[in-house]
Amino acid sequence: MTKTLGYITDPLVKGNPITLHILGICSALAVTTSVATAFTMSAALTVVLMLSSAAISSIRHHIPSAIRLIVQITIIASLVIVMDMFLQAFAFEMSKRLSIFVGLIVTNCLVLGRAEAFARHNPVWPSILDALGNGLGYSLILLTVGAIREILGSGSFLGYAVLPLVEDGGWFQPLRLMLLAPSAFFILGFIVWIIRALRPEQVEQPEFRVQGLDDGGRS
Amino acid sequence: MADLKPANLWRKFLALPNDNLTKTLVFAFLLALTASVIVSVAAVGLRPYQQANLERERQARMAEIVSALPQISGLLDETGVDALEVRIVNLETGEFAPDIDPESYDQRQAARDPARSTELSPEADLAGLKRRADYAPVYLLRRNRNLALLVLPVRGTGYQSMLYAYLALQSDGNTIAGLTFYEQGDTPGFGARVEDPEWQALWPGKKIADEDGTIRISVVRGEATGPFEVDGISGATHTSNGVANMLRFWMGEDGFGPFLAKLRAGGV
Repeated sequence: MTKTLGYITDPLVKGNPITLHILGICSALAVTTSVATAFTMSAALTVVLMLSSAAISSIRHHIPSAIRLIVQITIIASLVIVMDMFLQAFAFEMSKRLSIFVGLIVTNCLVLGRAEAFARHNPVWPSILDALGNGLGYSLILLTVGAIREILGSGSFLGYAVLPLVEDGGWFQPLRLMLLAPSAFFILGFIVWIIRALRPEQVEQPEFRVQGLDDGGRS
Repeated sequence: MADLKPANLWRKFLALPNDNLTKTLVFAFLLALTASVIVSVAAVGLRPYQQANLERERQARMAEIVSALPQISGLLDETGVDALEVRIVNLETGEFAPDIDPESYDQRQAARDPARSTELSPEADLAGLKRRADYAPVYLLRRNRNLALLVLPVRGTGYQSMLYAYLALQSDGNTIAGLTFYEQGDTPGFGARVEDPEWQALWPGKKIADEDGTIRISVVRGEATGPFEVDGISGATHTSNGVANMLRFWMGEDGFGPFLAKLRAGGV
C-alpha cells in the first residue's frame, strides 16, 4: 500500500520531473501566463502520460529493441494528436489559447522520459500510477507558476480579479514582466532553489571544478 | 508441417526474440496500423464538433466586424438584421450568381475543387493561394436600401499559415472600414498578433487604391504615413507582407476587382 502510494507521492516534490529532472521546461514557460491554461495543459499532459505509459507497459515484453524509441514516440504522438483534436472539439477557446503547445507534448521529454525509465520495465498498474504521480508533479509546478504569474501579472486568479488594478481604480500596478516568458524562468529558479535548500540531497554535484579553487573557493 | 492456425501463429510471433527482423517489421506494421486507425477514427468522429466551433467563431467575428463599426452597429439597431444580405459573386465577371445558394456555398471547399476553381499563375498569385474559387460570398449591409458597407472574405499566406479575414469596405468600395482576422496559425506573440484589436484598429479609414485606380495599400515597417500605409507588426515582417499581398490580390483583377468596378459603375 505504501509502495503504491509512493508511486504517486514521490514525484510530487522528492522526484519532481520539473524541479529535479528539469524536464518539460518549454511548456512550463509557455502556458503558465494564467492558471486556466496551466490547468488545461497539466490535465492534457497527465492524461497523455498515463495512456502512453499504460500502452507502452502493456507491450513492454515485445517491443523490438531496434525500433524501441520510434515505437514509443509513435504511441505518444498518436495520443497527443487525439488529445489535441479533443480539445479543438470540446474546449475550442482553450485550445486556441494553448495553440501549438498541446501538440508539443510529443516533444516533452517528461513523457518519453517516463516511458523509457519506468513503463518499459514495470507492469501496467505501477506504470499508470507512476505516470499519474509524475503528471501531478508537473501539474503542481505548472499551477504554482501559473498562479504566481497570473496574480502578479494580471491581478487575477482563474480570471477573477483578486488585486484591484490601477487602471480599474485600484492600487495594484501589474508586473508586465510576469506575462513574459523570462519570468517563468525566474519563478522556476526560485522554486528549485527553495526545494533544494530544504532537501540538500537534490543538489547536483558540480560537473567541473576550477583548478586551484578546490581548497579555498566556493566548493 | 507448418501450423497455420491464427492463434498459434500469433503465439509463435510473440515468442520470437525482440531483435528478430520479422518481429520488428511485423510489430512496426501493426503499431502503425493501430495508431493510424485510432487517429483516423478520432479525426472523423470529432470533425463535426470542430467544424461547429469554427463556424461559431466565424459568425462571432462577422458580428464583431459589424459591431466594431459605430455607424453600422447603430444602423443595425434601427433597421434590424435584414439589413445584412449575403450574395454570391462570380469573381471573373464581377456579377452576382443568383443560382448559387449562399447558405450552402463553401468557398474553401470550392477552392480545392478543380471544377469550381481557377489555377493562379505565379505572377498573379500574390497571396500564395495556388487556386482561387470561382465564386465568393459578399456581405452587403444596407441602409434605406442604399449600400452602407461591404464585407468581403479574404485569405492569404502569412509566415507559416493561411490567414483568413473579413475586410469591410465603405460604400465607395475603396475606403477600409475594418479588417479582422478570424483564423490563422502564425507564430504566437509575433505573426499571430494580426488578431490583436489594437493592430486591427489601425485599418479603418485607410484607402486601397489612389484616384487612378492603382492599388497602393501596403504594410510598412515603422511609422505609417499617408492613407495607403499601415504600420507593420514588429518582428513579423513576413506576416505583415502577407497581409498587404493578401489585400492587393483580393482587391485586384483576380480578386474582387471586377465586382468592385461593377459596383462603382452601376451601384448594386
